[in-house]
Amino acid sequence: MNIGTNKKIQWCPGCGNYAIYSAFKNVVERNIENGKLIKENIVLVSGIGCHGYITNYYDLNSFHPIHGRVPPLATGMRIANDLLTVVGFAGDGDVYAEGMNHIIQAARRNTDITMIVHDNSVYGLTTGQFTPTSPKGFKGRSTPFGNPERPLNPITLMIVSRGTFVARGFSGDVKHLEYLFERAIFHRGFSIVDVIQPCVTFNNTYEFFRKRVYRLEDTDYKPNDFEKAVEKSLEWGDKIPIGVFYEEETDTYEKLVRGHENFFFNRDVPDITEILTEKS
Amino acid sequence: MSKWKSITGAQAVAEAMRQINPDVVAAYPITPQTPIVEQFASFVANGIVDTEMIPVESEHSAMSCTVGASAAGARAMCATASQGLALMWEVVAAVPGLRLPIVMPIVNRALSAPINIHCDHSDSMGATTIGWIQIYSENAQEAYENTLLAIRLAEHKDVLLPVMVMQDGFIISHGVENVEIFDDDAVRKFVGERNPDRYLLDVDHPYTIGPLALPDYYFEIKRQQEEAMQNALKVYLEVGDELSKISGHKYPYFEEYKTEDAEVVIVVLSSTAGTAKDAVDELREEGKKVGLIKPILFRPFPYKEMRKALEKFKAIGVLDRSIAFGAYAPLYTEVRNALFESENKPKLQSYVYGLGGKDIFKSDIKKVFEELLSGNVNPEEQRYIRLRG
Repeated sequence: MNIGTNKKIQWCPGCGNYAIYSAFKNVVERNIENGKLIKENIVLVSGIGCHGYITNYYDLNSFHPIHGRVPPLATGMRIANDLLTVVGFAGDGDVYAEGMNHIIQAARRNTDITMIVHDNSVYGLTTGQFTPTSPKGFKGRSTPFGNPERPLNPITLMIVSRGTFVARGFSGDVKHLEYLFERAIFHRGFSIVDVIQPCVTFNNTYEFFRKRVYRLEDTDYKPNDFEKAVEKSLEWGDKIPIGVFYEEETDTYEKLVRGHENFFFNRDVPDITEILTEKS
Repeated sequence: MSKWKSITGAQAVAEAMRQINPDVVAAYPITPQTPIVEQFASFVANGIVDTEMIPVESEHSAMSCTVGASAAGARAMCATASQGLALMWEVVAAVPGLRLPIVMPIVNRALSAPINIHCDHSDSMGATTIGWIQIYSENAQEAYENTLLAIRLAEHKDVLLPVMVMQDGFIISHGVENVEIFDDDAVRKFVGERNPDRYLLDVDHPYTIGPLALPDYYFEIKRQQEEAMQNALKVYLEVGDELSKISGHKYPYFEEYKTEDAEVVIVVLSSTAGTAKDAVDELREEGKKVGLIKPILFRPFPYKEMRKALEKFKAIGVLDRSIAFGAYAPLYTEVRNALFESENKPKLQSYVYGLGGKDIFKSDIKKVFEELLSGNVNPEEQRYIRLRG
């Protein structure tokens, strides 16, 4: 099984996107092979930014919308046809800036979609401006004296927005990313993996994070307590946790609203096999 | 003393903004507008301008922030392109009704979908009906000068309308040319300071901006906006005359190139006019009587003047870099409109070219001229240049 395409990958050598790309590829291939995922039922949505090319490199159904609108698109797809496995790829400039309100609404709505955020704290495609996750003091092209704003914490934000699966990954740890992606995809409800993903060209933070990150899964932390999760999400300094911060099983939006009735299959349209076998 | 600088169209506009020295600039990066803001940010960082620069989280916020600053009495600017203009549209559409003289450079780029970062005019042509003045620039020099002119035009008491100043994405915004940057003091004197009659931070004269106006007054307010738009035609020429004293250049509604004895002309906006001039020159050497009209002021559209200029030709080809799906192309529509009252209507032909950055060459323009000269035209047909078969 190979879900890669023959498109030449255009990211800079060393870009954190490669780790996300290969981790996701491994997870999807493995689960198609073992029958847990159906290739035709997977839909990818990717936002604007360098990461947006990712859908070109997978031989899977995909949609490349306008800036910031990955979560509502993914929500619409899932609500229309809940047999789909919908995965949205987006950047920090995409979902935490231009499209900020959508990710909050998607989290609290708890539609069964997975968001993978390529969080490099910089606009790489427009060559190095600060984003809402850039640290205070970050010097970029638009902030030569340093970013005056305090960064938002996506993990805290997603937990308090009542996302039902909230995790942080690091693109320097591909095996761990695979673990997180697999759990996120099979989580029933809204799941998000915010991936710390250094931009080798405009914000190379590999060294900074490699020294600091540790896996929550290697500790006795249990991601089942809302208040502890909020507290844990605030840990940021000499030690930076990666892993699952919060997980909760609760009814999805689609179940609550219509008990999984499938709009797609209930449309009054002819069976595709009838159309294909019809003599013209 | 003016200075010659080898800079891009984006940098040329940033130079204009440096001399304008606006109080507030709010923007969000979008290709191919980014280098305008980047260059301007370096002016802010180096203390060359006094501007408060606010890099916001989206274009919707960028225009909202600019509106807030302008309403408070500041000279406020923004810059964007394509999807950015589309995202800020809700606020963009409100600005003329608020009568805020915001000047916004636009770097023309195709609208999604499909996603495309290259030049066409589908972004700004979508905003022709909401009350912004629109000025199109052929090259970096014009983009620079039109930005200066726009400030005075926007802030004139008989106008008080926002202005978009267009340049072609990448072709002009990222292409380096020699640009004459006029003397700082002379330009600063020309642009002056914004001196609004009323503003929000004037605590002695409190007033409200943007309140509800239902069927009682909404219509009347819109009528005033239209009057201001008509005033802009006159003010544009007056302000242009003043700028001429510094630049030595003319600021007509449209440029007429080798049209005196021309039999057929092409009408085309922005950078393609430069290419077309070369085609005109070469065909002239072969003895063909061809010329070019390049509209500059597109809103308000100078119908009467355009009619007078156009009705003497035998055939006119109008080249549009956008489609008005289901209707005649935007520039072609205006040319047709302008000629309605004419007793000697030339033959007309509409061409669409260059969508999504598709190149147009001198040879393509020569073919258009040949077609016009041959008389093979149909005013109801839209033809396409360099479209894959």
